[in-house]
Amino acid sequence: MNDLVTRSGDRRQVRMATIRRVGFQTILIREFGRIVRIWSQTVLPSAVTAILYFVIFGSLIGRRIGPMDGFDYMQYIAPGLIMMAVITNSYANVVGSFFGAKFGGYVEELLVSPLPDWVIVLGYVGGGVIRGLLVGGMVTVVSLFFTRLQVEHPLVILAAVLLTALVFSLGGFINAVFAQSFDQVNWIPTFILTPLTYFGGVFYSISLLPGWAQTLSHANPVLHMVNAFRYGFLGVSDVEVWRAFAIMLAFVVVLYAVAVALMTRGTGLRQ
Amino acid sequence: MHALSVSGLSKIYANGVQALKGIDLDVEEGDFFALLGPNGAGKTTLIGIVTSLVNKSAGRVAVFGHDIDAELGLAKRCIGVVPQEINFNQFESCETIVVNQAGFYGIERREARRRAEKYLRLLQLWEKRRTMSRALSGGMKRRLMIARALMHEPRLLILDEPTAGVDIENRRAMWEFLRRINASGTSIILTTHYLEEAESLCRNIAIIDGGRIIERDRMANLLRRLHTETFVLNTRQPLAVAPALAGHVVRLVDEHTFEVELTKEQSLNEIFARLSALGIEVLSMRNKVNRLEELFMRLVRPMHGDAGAGGQAA
Repeated sequence: MNDLVTRSGDRRQVRMATIRRVGFQTILIREFGRIVRIWSQTVLPSAVTAILYFVIFGSLIGRRIGPMDGFDYMQYIAPGLIMMAVITNSYANVVGSFFGAKFGGYVEELLVSPLPDWVIVLGYVGGGVIRGLLVGGMVTVVSLFFTRLQVEHPLVILAAVLLTALVFSLGGFINAVFAQSFDQVNWIPTFILTPLTYFGGVFYSISLLPGWAQTLSHANPVLHMVNAFRYGFLGVSDVEVWRAFAIMLAFVVVLYAVAVALMTRGTGLRQ
Repeated sequence: MHALSVSGLSKIYANGVQALKGIDLDVEEGDFFALLGPNGAGKTTLIGIVTSLVNKSAGRVAVFGHDIDAELGLAKRCIGVVPQEINFNQFESCETIVVNQAGFYGIERREARRRAEKYLRLLQLWEKRRTMSRALSGGMKRRLMIARALMHEPRLLILDEPTAGVDIENRRAMWEFLRRINASGTSIILTTHYLEEAESLCRNIAIIDGGRIIERDRMANLLRRLHTETFVLNTRQPLAVAPALAGHVVRLVDEHTFEVELTKEQSLNEIFARLSALGIEVLSMRNKVNRLEELFMRLVRPMHGDAGAGGQAA
């Protein structure tokens, strides 16, 4: 009988600090396992898309476009394409994984556990950041086959990519909390995220746009993220870099607070 | 100490349905406790609140003295839950599922793997440890949920209809396993459709109906309150009408079978003597339903006029 379960009196209670640490690690391990398990859906598509962009926009059309902000067109769009992969993947990972957990009911494994809500949010967001950085790294490698990437400010690159991955992972989490169906999971990426990214200066400098369109573009947070990232590589930007970081930080703080508040309220999760 | 202490617990859902109406309930440490009730009685809502899957509207819940409003993490640390619906990731292996679950309770990876082997072996799932959970049979999925709930060795195990859809052989094996878990000091709260299961396993019982506790007693006390039992008798000779047994309610089921009701004061000897006198030879006899089922139907039937006398309670 003794080998069945540890007898009640002998059970050592795990400290809450250990629960938070190990719980966070476990969510990260589970998320990484998911990314690897379904690599053909999580990692491969962005690499293929990046190759297509470089071939079509870079090699075929890019030659006719000529230099942009003093750089070869392929060189100019490379940071934007990397950032686009980071944005798409960090968002998709969290919205897909968390909504899947909701839909399959196994989010209850976490909800009944002693893990605080903020640790659950951090765990899922961490998974999104991992995938964003992994795919971003892969697209960077792909881009090296097509162009030369100079690095002007490595810390700016790291900070910009990390904050962007955080912003969109948090966005994906909030989307998943509210989503009631797979349609609602796809709605924001298709109708909001993609237009914002395409108009976010990935393929062009906003100095090419008329004045009103330039002003409007500044309201697009993706423009600031892409330009901060491009500044890290090429040393050029359409926006002020300090303002870009202030915007990213503000988004991280606000979205994190909203995500934790939604978890605590139990929106879409607890009745 | 109480494993679970609930007082004044109410729940009103957003659609206005009041699922719980001021529940008071204590479950002693070490108990094997049955929580029974018909469909929609409030059992799953009650369990949902205790495990924090449902937000309460009013009242207090404490698990081993930890109030869920003030010490939710500490309260949850004490609970292991086996839900009614299968709710694990169908694309993960059995071992991954249980090891991850241990991680959510702060069990380090190495220890989690050791416990995974222990509990998967105990529940005859070790050979399937690398099998995707979706490929398991219904009974195996139920056992996997029990293994998962035990990974952090909870002091209170809550099982919400753990044997639903499980064949009788596996159900009996699961009963034996749960008895042993309880004997090692784990308090257990069980809801079940199978009243035979509750009668066989549990020492204390509460019956919930319409969001209120309508009975709370020791199982033995409750069963003692059952005044009549119905027996089914099979006869050698065909019968055209039910035998005339004055003082008893007798119903003819078919030409070789009839039912007879006995109160506590009446004896079977008297029945057999009178049947012999009538020249009726009895070949076999059994209880029509188990005793708890009979009692359950009497307690909840007044409120559910359409409740049949079938074998299921909830």
